[in-house]
Amino acid sequence: MYEYFYELTGNTILSTLIVAIFPLLNVLIVALIGVYLERKVSARIQDRIGPNRTGPFGLFQTIADFVKMLQKEDATAKDIDSKLYNIAPVLVFTGSFAVYAAIPFSSKLIGSEVEVGLFYVIAISSLVVGGILMAGWASNNKYSLLGAMRSAAQIISYEIPTAIIVLSIVMITGTLSLDKISNMQTAYFWNWNILGGAEFGLTKFLLIPFMIVGFIIIFISTLAEVNRTPFDIPEAESELVAGYFTEYCGMKWAMFMLSEYGNMFAVSAIVSILFFGGYHSPIGYLGNSLGIEWLIPFEQAFWFLAKGWTFILIQIWLRWTLPRLRVDQLMSLCWKYLIPYAFVNLIVIGIILLL
Amino acid sequence: MREYFRNTWLGIYTVLVGMKITFKHLFTPAVTIQYPEVKLKLPERERNRLYVNMDDCIGCDQCSRACPVNCIEIETVKSIPGEDLGVTSNGKKKALWVTKFNIDFAKCCYCQLCVFPCPTECIYMTDVFEFSEYNRNDLIYKFATLTEEEAKEKRINFEKFTAEKEAQKTAAAAKLKEDQKTAS
Ligand code: SF4
Ligand code: SF4
Repeated sequence: MYEYFYELTGNTILSTLIVAIFPLLNVLIVALIGVYLERKVSARIQDRIGPNRTGPFGLFQTIADFVKMLQKEDATAKDIDSKLYNIAPVLVFTGSFAVYAAIPFSSKLIGSEVEVGLFYVIAISSLVVGGILMAGWASNNKYSLLGAMRSAAQIISYEIPTAIIVLSIVMITGTLSLDKISNMQTAYFWNWNILGGAEFGLTKFLLIPFMIVGFIIIFISTLAEVNRTPFDIPEAESELVAGYFTEYCGMKWAMFMLSEYGNMFAVSAIVSILFFGGYHSPIGYLGNSLGIEWLIPFEQAFWFLAKGWTFILIQIWLRWTLPRLRVDQLMSLCWKYLIPYAFVNLIVIGIILLL
Repeated sequence: MREYFRNTWLGIYTVLVGMKITFKHLFTPAVTIQYPEVKLKLPERERNRLYVNMDDCIGCDQCSRACPVNCIEIETVKSIPGEDLGVTSNGKKKALWVTKFNIDFAKCCYCQLCVFPCPTECIYMTDVFEFSEYNRNDLIYKFATLTEEEAKEKRINFEKFTAEKEAQKTAAAAKLKEDQKTAS
């Protein structure tokens, strides 16, 4: 993608910017459709109808909300630390948006094919914690500070099981590059990591149950890392108003929301790359069988988005099913359950791979 | 140790049960009523906006006196002999012109206390409940059927009539005095 635009424009900065627009568009679309879906799904689950006045089926509701947000006055409280206060939303959004640099949308649409993509993703997404802490501290509000503290504790704890599961995937694939991990699971769905990887043999069948356990653990812990219900204690509406972004309004508030939905898609993408073949089709390519080369990247993008959206839908479904965890339950789930299981999983996978 | 695995299993199992329930509800039809388009039938004895049937009102002021918040304002003028005001539907003869009958629904608490004392059952609750206004004064409903001029006319008529009566009375009194004088 980058090379193509580089040839077209002959300018590194311009072509980089053009390539960066695609993930940005993706984040915006995810936020627009995600909020709409969230409202619709929650309404359906609670036997309501949901938005249905703005446009057909209420489709323009989020657009109307966005326009409203743009028009809002940027009101700030008096005693805030205005420097930190203004940086925080940008930092949070940067953290969640920078993840997209290493995510392969299709074989032709990758921001950067770094060899340590997985490592980069895990590292850069921790930037969000800093932003959240800043927002909470700078707002000079008890609720915000409580939310930020909880969030920091939660994100840091849940990074451990995520990292351990990622480690076991790295052991199987032998690479940190997200593109290469995707490519190892190419062609058909039985090559997916959740079904034991591409290599056929005894190890494949032995691996399946442990990969499923690994998937469940990483799904739970990534859910916690993006502060989604049932792990939404940092922004628990019913007890902390809105947590760390209580004092924000207008576009700054929208940045937090945008980064939340951007994060949702990012973790869905990571999980689908690690376990569900990334951008590869589960049933072979139409472009291959028809002999049309240029169709394949589009198909890949389609499959990637489809997988990402599936996980987003599951996240929404979970959100409207489960009540929020208490802080102590949250911590005991992470330290007493997820981490031991993840460790055992890692060791067993190591032994299986040695066989 | 067994407790530990039991907890794990219970955690996963209960989440799945919950997800199954919410999934089922995803496809059950919504119970929402699309209010302005679809309206529920109101209960039989609902209390909403009052209505006064002025054809039957005899201007007895009983409703106004029963009202706990004094939101009914009634002014009446006596009729003069020779004016026929008609009868109410239950056969009572009307004797008063109702020149003013205002109900202020901004004050009304919909207690229905005004409805029961009415001797002709002409003030009652309707099923209209959507009558919000931007101006509070628009909530004062005027039920009197007489126009300003008519009301004025009736008042003048009555004043004339009382003045005449008064004159007659004084004339009669004067005559009486004169008679007494002559008699003595
Ligand atoms: S309903 Fe109650 S408050 Fe309203 S006018 Fe009648 S007596 Fe007064
Ligand atoms: S009680 Fe009935 S008849 Fe008497 S003034 Fe009120 S509405 Fe008219």
